[in-house]
Amino acid sequence: MRTLRVISAIFAKDLRVEWRHRETLASMCIFGLLVVFLFNFAFEPAHEESLRLLPGLLWIAFAFAGVLGFNRSFAAERENEGLEGMRLAPVDAGAIYLGKMLANLLFLGIAEVVVVFAVSLWYNFSFLPALGGFALVTFFCTLGYVAVGTTFAAVAANTRMREVMLPVLQFPVAVPVFIAGVEGATGALKGDPLGDYAGWIKLAAGFSIIFTVLSYMLFEYVLEE
Amino acid sequence: MPPDILPTRPALELRDVSKQFGDSRALSGVSLRVEPGDSVLLYGPNGAGKTTLLRVLATLARPSEGQVLYDGSDVHRNPAPAKAAIGFISHATFLYGELSARENLEFAGTLFGLGNFEERLTAVLDLFHLHERAKTPVRELSRGYQQRVSLARAFLHDPQFLLLDEPFTGLDAASTEALEGLLKQWQGEGKALIFSTHDFEQGAAIARRLVWLEGGRVRYDGPLAMAPLAGLRQGVRSQESGARRKQDTGSSMQ
Repeated sequence: MRTLRVISAIFAKDLRVEWRHRETLASMCIFGLLVVFLFNFAFEPAHEESLRLLPGLLWIAFAFAGVLGFNRSFAAERENEGLEGMRLAPVDAGAIYLGKMLANLLFLGIAEVVVVFAVSLWYNFSFLPALGGFALVTFFCTLGYVAVGTTFAAVAANTRMREVMLPVLQFPVAVPVFIAGVEGATGALKGDPLGDYAGWIKLAAGFSIIFTVLSYMLFEYVLEE
Repeated sequence: MPPDILPTRPALELRDVSKQFGDSRALSGVSLRVEPGDSVLLYGPNGAGKTTLLRVLATLARPSEGQVLYDGSDVHRNPAPAKAAIGFISHATFLYGELSARENLEFAGTLFGLGNFEERLTAVLDLFHLHERAKTPVRELSRGYQQRVSLARAFLHDPQFLLLDEPFTGLDAASTEALEGLLKQWQGEGKALIFSTHDFEQGAAIARRLVWLEGGRVRYDGPLAMAPLAGLRQGVRSQESGARRKQDTGSSMQ
């Protein structure tokens, strides 16, 4: 019960801090939109090609928007050593991880909705017929990506080249969720039955669970100097 | 009550603690026992290991060798009781600039699981004269006020051991005087105080025990009144001039 209170306090604190300066969410959305915008100019895909290209494009935008968000999430903690302040309290380091992870999940989720909305306008592509399946696969892949990103952002926060270190560390580990995200979204947007791409959802869900549990258990060592 | 049946109060203890950062050794075989009622001044030249020692005591840094004990048990195996008993002030404030003083304290109160939060909040706001600024975002407060909020955060859970790393930094004369008074009052309540400062006279006015650190080792640990200060200072001076001579020889050989 106490752990839940700590997780929700950290989540609420991150939301409140973000609400006051609105830097993280704004930069994530703008960056995601820029990726989509540049891609549109670079390739100008015909309507028929969109279905083949969109899942990959969306995951490139989500991946880079995520890197910005994860870095910012720990930059705010670094400013006055907020993470150390939390470590001084008798709280489980895993609870700190889950609080930060949930806030990152919400921010990336909002950025993804904005990017998907923009894509549907620019590419004149309706996600509505496949929204359920697309949302399901994107949710689990985002969960896995955020689980990895939050952990590696905490690791990178203690390094000198943290902005460079984060993508270098996390992208190779997050490859399974990127593949599952692209393949699963392709299946959903093509209108395939859920059973045809459920394997990708299971892969993403399994990855998310394993990485979240591991990070929860090992976050204490991540936070140590 | 006869002394042999007095309840023993938990002590904070370092046993043969060393701390290594890469090739550099910040602490070397440090043993120290701090009991309730102690007031300890940590003193030494720059790089002596004062901050590292405080961070190890505060459970923020794990020693490379040796043990940190609270009430006889290892603080890294069983951290919760030690963390609940320790309040720590460092160079950083541990505050979030976008949140107000009150919001920062509420957040800390939740982390410490305080049941009597409103009572403690009122007490620390009174103690540090923060009522008027309680709703101001910390970012908009002066350095002195931020330090007060940071102190309020450290006092919020009513710790038994207060660890302070250069607590007077950034405070004006009035706030410094108020903090000195507060720390003396703190000792009167039978709680332990361990602090570092560059101003020896200021520290000596508060503490009763001196721990003199040099090169990560304890050179003196005992009553401040009995400390061989001239010898300790002479030691620092000869070390410094030795280091300078070494540097000069090195540069002339180049």
